[in-house]
Amino acid sequence: MSPTALTVHAALTRLSAGELRASQLVRAYLDRIDALDRTIGAYLTVTRETALEQAAAADERWRAGNGVRPLEGIPLALKDVLCTRGVRTTCGSRILADFVPPYDATVVVRLSAAGAIVLGKTNMDEFAMGSSTENSAFHPTRNPWALDRVPGGSSGGAAAAAAADLAAGALGTDTGGSIRQPAALCGVVGLKPTYGRVSRYGLVAFASSLDQIGPIGKDVRDAALLLEAIAGHDPMDSTSADQPVPDYQAALGQGVEGLRVGIPNEYFVEGMDPEVEAAVWEAVRVLEKLGARPARVSLPHTPYAVATYYLIAPAEASSNLARYDGVKYGYRAPGGKDVIEMYGRTRAEGFGPEVKRRIMLGTYALSAGYYEAYYGKAQRVRTLIRRDFERAFAEVDVIVTPTSPSAAFRLGEKTEDPLQMYLSDIFTISVNLAGLPGVSLPCGFTAAGLPIGLQLIGQAFDEATLLRVAHAYEQATDWHTRRPPRAAGEAP
Amino acid sequence: MTAVAAVEYEAVIGLEVHVQLLTRSKLFCGCAAAFGAPPNQQTCPVCQGMPGVLPVINRRAVEFAIRTALALHCRINAACRFARKHYFYPDMPKNFQISQYEEPLAEDGWLTIEHPDGSRRVGIQRVHLEEDVGKLLHEGAAFETARSSLVDFNRSGVPLMEVVSRPDLRSPDEAAEYLRELRGMLVYLGVSSGNMEEGALRCDANISLRPHGSAELGTKIEIKNMNSFRHVRAALEYEVRRQGRALAGGERLVQETRLWNDDQGVTASMRSKEYAHDYRYFPEPDLVPLRLAPAWVEELSGSLPELPAARRARFVAQYGLPAHDADLLTAEPGVAEYFEQVVARVPQPRLAANWITTEVFGRLRAEGAAGDAAPASWIETLPPDRLAGLLRLLEQGVISGRIAKDVLDEMFREPRASAEEIVARKGWVQLSDESELARVIEAVLAAHPEAVGDWQKGKKQSLGFLVGQVMKATRGQANPQLVNRLLSERLPPPSGP
Amino acid sequence: MREPKISLAEVEHVARLARLMLSPAEKERMRSQLDTILAYIDTLRQLDTTDVEPTSHVVPMVNVMREDEVRPSYPQEAMLANAPDRAGEFFRVPKILEEEG
Repeated sequence: MSPTALTVHAALTRLSAGELRASQLVRAYLDRIDALDRTIGAYLTVTRETALEQAAAADERWRAGNGVRPLEGIPLALKDVLCTRGVRTTCGSRILADFVPPYDATVVVRLSAAGAIVLGKTNMDEFAMGSSTENSAFHPTRNPWALDRVPGGSSGGAAAAAAADLAAGALGTDTGGSIRQPAALCGVVGLKPTYGRVSRYGLVAFASSLDQIGPIGKDVRDAALLLEAIAGHDPMDSTSADQPVPDYQAALGQGVEGLRVGIPNEYFVEGMDPEVEAAVWEAVRVLEKLGARPARVSLPHTPYAVATYYLIAPAEASSNLARYDGVKYGYRAPGGKDVIEMYGRTRAEGFGPEVKRRIMLGTYALSAGYYEAYYGKAQRVRTLIRRDFERAFAEVDVIVTPTSPSAAFRLGEKTEDPLQMYLSDIFTISVNLAGLPGVSLPCGFTAAGLPIGLQLIGQAFDEATLLRVAHAYEQATDWHTRRPPRAAGEAP
Repeated sequence: MTAVAAVEYEAVIGLEVHVQLLTRSKLFCGCAAAFGAPPNQQTCPVCQGMPGVLPVINRRAVEFAIRTALALHCRINAACRFARKHYFYPDMPKNFQISQYEEPLAEDGWLTIEHPDGSRRVGIQRVHLEEDVGKLLHEGAAFETARSSLVDFNRSGVPLMEVVSRPDLRSPDEAAEYLRELRGMLVYLGVSSGNMEEGALRCDANISLRPHGSAELGTKIEIKNMNSFRHVRAALEYEVRRQGRALAGGERLVQETRLWNDDQGVTASMRSKEYAHDYRYFPEPDLVPLRLAPAWVEELSGSLPELPAARRARFVAQYGLPAHDADLLTAEPGVAEYFEQVVARVPQPRLAANWITTEVFGRLRAEGAAGDAAPASWIETLPPDRLAGLLRLLEQGVISGRIAKDVLDEMFREPRASAEEIVARKGWVQLSDESELARVIEAVLAAHPEAVGDWQKGKKQSLGFLVGQVMKATRGQANPQLVNRLLSERLPPPSGP
Repeated sequence: MREPKISLAEVEHVARLARLMLSPAEKERMRSQLDTILAYIDTLRQLDTTDVEPTSHVVPMVNVMREDEVRPSYPQEAMLANAPDRAGEFFRVPKILEEEG
């Protein structure tokens, strides 16, 4: 088996047994990136030299058996919205095309401290705004399962990298579904932690009250391993929770006997892809056979979630993106005769249409006379959505839904109608509004061979239960062992 | 009030004071908050607003703001929040400023100012925290003609406390008095250096005029760019005249912002903007709310130092000082402490007060020491011990008042010599030996028989003349009271005209 | 035919607030798209939210503060390295038309 097909935990076993060297593993991934990424377009930047240097150092540690850390030598991909010191960080945008941060995000520091190696920075919708990675200023990413289809977004590059074995695992970010939806469309596991579980310091902000960083991996155990490495309180992030990080791996293998699994009425709507619906119901049956107890729940404010999100997120984004003005870093448009013209040109030329649209929407929602009707109103509806989940979790331990209303759509299919694109987040968005953890894992394929994702939603800081249920389902099926068909130019 | 035509107008003034807090580090990051580093050397990704950064609140800044709010008798809000205030400007790293809006730290207090007609309370609307912005330098120095500007972010993120008064001030004098009193309080609390020239204390004013007796407010005009107390008074006086003339001329005033131009002694309207600011405030999502523990507030309340007003009153009551001297001595806490340390050594408060305010301050003014600057350095030259030594000699009659002034001059020139050493070296011990003095007196009387004669005829000034002659003969060292007594005894009684 | 949710003048006003210099074609496209989105968002009006507290923070934390300790600043070079226009130790910007506060 090619080393690139190994999960993180399998690779660690081999590394530990001396059957595999870190430099072999890294080289194998770099070779595979060279062969395939021209087609798939998962990466924006590949950090070849440093990865090889770090691999050599990892080899030494493994050889000496001294100071081996939890992810020693494991090559990972990082969504290009995470600041990496000395390595270009673009956020998929022209306005940061040449930005090189002088500092590392906290999650990057933690991964390094765990011995992981960064292979490169992955493609994304510009400033994390999008559901297909088509909003990248650079190039689209293609779904490894069907190259004419989107990988989802905004963490499309990261999900594609995990799915196509272009990295052992990845970190993405999720504001309205941007880890879970691409994970579903690419047939991998993607977990969005509870808001505050993982530090946001160094995550280029899109919507501050919704953003979270999370793992994208080949299976549930990998997601657990990566989450453990990055979770925990950070004094540099005032919104990071001072809660101890449990042993997530210990949660795996405990089965689901007696666990109550909620199925929300409002998530099975008209217009849903019947194949997606069927796959999810089948997954519920599997869980039931494993001993879980399904029950209906109601999340009555679900129909208002997208509207609520599309006021709060753009409002916060319009504020967070005000700093991109050509003064201290990033792109500056030439020719402005004064600073105001410079701002206007820089931002008009540097931002893509979706980003501009959301900045306009957000600015409008916060503007004088409209605040209460729009942003203020959305904040209150957010409370109603949170309460829905609180009530549901009084009855059940975990909630099961489809991740996305459809499998991967074609490139260009939804780009004309922004609202259509927004509606593809309909199942994931409430979870961000409520600040809860959610995970997507594969639960089947369409007749056309496209992955279908199952979403599990948990209570705040209860990632352990999510991982437990996800693992039990995963081990009772074999979706996670499937690999995309061979891409052109791929070695057997 | 300014009387124009048939209508008398009164000024309605409110002041907004921004105070740089004396914390060691900035409000939201660990960069040093100190003034004076080379450009862009006191910054980090947080205070430069780089992508991905997050703020973390400095506890001491909150403490300083609570203490100030308590001293101003404000209600400390049980919960307060930070908010983002949006506008684009090159000195704003994020193009929003983290400030406080609907839930400030404290509200509804007052500050008492002394008025010729008695003391008055000026309402304090609110006290809140916000971050400072960077500094702009305009290429070629003149803002209007600069083709480019340079930005230094060292100051960005320094903690600012904003104190907003109610529009309770009724004259430029009151405004200056309010500012003086507030500044003194801030320096006493140790939360600010109070240095307006360095920008540690900045003041904007809102002023309108209305017919005397009217309850409605006139058109409010904002005045900025006043960099000292003098500027504040001058700018407001100018505005009162300008607005008065305009109103008398039937002009309708528009709400605007005007900048004080000290060189020309006028306020000028800022270039008209295309559109007014819409700050689009919303609660700062990267910071969680503050719920100030009552126990903490209690503790801070109990540890407030004696504030200027209380200290002034105590100096009058405890030391019997005139109000004016008490004012001068309590303007800076360091000077007040100095005074008390001198008095602890030589219990002659009025003497000490007089010497400090007249002789010491007089010499400092002559040397050009700025009025607003902290007097730390002169206290190093003349610590309480040294001055007390001089006053002790004076009190004991070892030297006369006149000689003491000379001794003080010497003490400034020779920082290590004590008063006693100087007096001994110069041989300036006051002549109080009666027999010695008697001999000098005889000589003087013999030399000036016409003055003696004048005295006998009843001319009282002759005594003064003769005392002067004795002082001259002893090079000022004779004890003047003793000379006076001995001469009076020695001279034949006046026999009448 | 429903009421338009946003006018061209409002689009221009918002674009100014957001410092986005849009072409006339972009403004019209923006107007049309924002109009559609705002109409959708208007469904929120159906909900009665009197007496419902807004969620500003989804985590129930308060009083996160740090001690007043100085930490080393970043070297000047590191802070200026990404500057689009730099003049020695400073960032340089074009002419500023209006004084701010």
